Amino acid sequence: MEAHSIPLERRFDLASSLEMVRALIRRAANELLRVPGAAIPGVLAPTIFFLGLSAVFGSLTLLPGFTTDTYQSFIIPVSLMQGAGFTGAATGVNLARDIEQGWFDRLLASPAPRPVLLAGLVLSASFRALIPATVLLAVGFALGVHWPGVPGLLLAVLLVMGMGSLAACWGVTLALKFKSQAAAPLMQAGMFVLILFTTAYAPQQLLQPWLGDVASINPVTHVVEGARQGFVTGSISWSETWPGVVALGGLLALMVALALRGMRRTSY
Amino acid sequence: MTDRLLVNLRVVAVLGRRSVRQTFRRPQLMAPIIIFPTLLLAIQTGGAGRAVDLPGFPQVNGFLDFMLAGAMVQSTLLAGNSGGIAMAVDIEMGFTDRLLAAPISRFTLVLGRLAGTAVLGAFSACWFLAIGLIFGASIAEGVPGAIGIVVLVSFTALAFGGIGAAIALRTGSASIVQGLFPLVFVVLFLSSAFFPANLMLEPAASVADYNPLSFIVEGIRDLVITTLSAEAFWKATLSIAGIATLSLVLSNLALRRRLRTGG
Repeated sequence: MEAHSIPLERRFDLASSLEMVRALIRRAANELLRVPGAAIPGVLAPTIFFLGLSAVFGSLTLLPGFTTDTYQSFIIPVSLMQGAGFTGAATGVNLARDIEQGWFDRLLASPAPRPVLLAGLVLSASFRALIPATVLLAVGFALGVHWPGVPGLLLAVLLVMGMGSLAACWGVTLALKFKSQAAAPLMQAGMFVLILFTTAYAPQQLLQPWLGDVASINPVTHVVEGARQGFVTGSISWSETWPGVVALGGLLALMVALALRGMRRTSY
Repeated sequence: MTDRLLVNLRVVAVLGRRSVRQTFRRPQLMAPIIIFPTLLLAIQTGGAGRAVDLPGFPQVNGFLDFMLAGAMVQSTLLAGNSGGIAMAVDIEMGFTDRLLAAPISRFTLVLGRLAGTAVLGAFSACWFLAIGLIFGASIAEGVPGAIGIVVLVSFTALAFGGIGAAIALRTGSASIVQGLFPLVFVVLFLSSAFFPANLMLEPAASVADYNPLSFIVEGIRDLVITTLSAEAFWKATLSIAGIATLSLVLSNLALRRRLRTGG
C-alpha cells in the first residue's frame, strides 16, 4: 500500500527536475574525469574499426556503382554511429552496476520523477557520445575524409547525439529488466545489429540481396545515409536529411517509452 | 610416475570441463566467441560480397567461402581473450588460491583452462562449418578437410588461449584482460582474415604479408576454397606451434612469478 502511495507524492517541478538532470550529467562526467580509462574502450573500438575497415575494404570503391572514391569518407558515419552505440551501451552497463550495488535504489526512493531520472541518464549519454565522435573525426580528417561542410558536420553531430540517446534508452531498458551487468553483450549486440545491418559497408545497390532487403526496412539506414551525405557529396539536402531525422525520432520515441515503462515497473 | 601423470590429466580434464561449462553459462563469455563473429560474418558477407568481382580476388564459389576461415580465427582469438578474463576472475575471487593449495601440479591450472579453450575452438569450428554449409558454402577438401579445419582451429584457440592465460596470471585483473579486447581486432585487421592481402590498402597489406595470423587463416581457408598446398599447411602449422610455444612459456613465467610474489 505504501509503495503505491509514493509515486503520488512525486510532483513535477521544473527547477528541481532540471537540477536533478544536471546532477546526473555531472555524476556521469565525474566518472570520466576520475576514471579516464573508462572512456578508452568506447573511443578505441570505433577508431580501430574505422581504421581497420578502411584498410581492409578500401578497394571496394573500385567496384562500379560505388558512390565515393575514398572508403574512409563512406565508412566514417558508420564508425560515428558505432561510437555512439558503444557509449549508450556503456550507460546501460553503468546503470546495471548501480542497480547491483544498490545506488539506483536510492535514486528511486528520492522524490525525483522517473522521467527525470531517465532524462539524466540519456542526456549524459548523448553528450558522452561526442567524445568518440571528436576523436574519430580528428583521425578521419587527418587520413583524408572529405570535409562535409559546416551544415553536414552539424547534422552528423546531431544524429550521433540522437543515436547515443537511443543506445542509452536500449541499455537502460535491458539494465532494468535483467538488473545485471551480465546483460552487457545484449546491450552491445543490439546496437551492433541495428547500425551494421544497414548500408554500412557498401551502397544499397552493391549489397547482397538479403542484406539489401534488411537495410531497406531498417530505419537506421536512413540515419546512416543522413549522416553520410555530407562526407560523400560535400553538401546536404533536405530530401536526404528528413528520413534520417524522422527515423531517429520514431525510434527514440519507442525506446524512451520502453525505458520509462521499465522505470515505472522497477520497485526498490 | 604414471599415477601422477594420470592424476594431472584428470585435473586438466576436470578444469577443462569447468571452463567450458563456465563459458556456456555466462553470456558475457559466450557472446564474443559465437554471437559477435557470426553477426560480423553475416554483415561482411552481405555488405562486401561483391568484392569477388574485383580483379585479383582469388577464385571462390562465393564470398562466404572466403570469409569462413576469418570468422573461425576471430572466434579463437576472442575465445583466448574470454578464457583469460575467466581465469582472471578466478584469481580475483580466490578460486585459483584454493587450487594452488591443492596437491596437484601448478601448471595444470593453465593446461586445464587451455584444454577448455581448445574444446571451445572445436565448437566454434563446427558452428561456422554448419553456418557455411547451411548458407551455401562448400568445403573443397570434403570431410577430411572439415576435420582438418576443426583440428587447426582447436590448436589455434589453444595457442591464443595461452596468451590470455599469461596476461591473466601476470596481471590478475579481469578488467585489464577485457581491455585487450579491441587489440584482437587490430591483429585481425592487419591480417588477411577478412580480405586478400593483395587488395588491402597500405600499410595494412604489407603487415598482413608477414602476420602469422594470415598464415593460419590461409591454411584453414585453403581447405575451404581449394586443395591444401604443402606450403600453406606448413606455414599454418608452424605459426600455430610458434604462438603456442611462446604463450606457454609466458604463462609458465607468469605463474612462477605469481607463486613467488603472491600476486
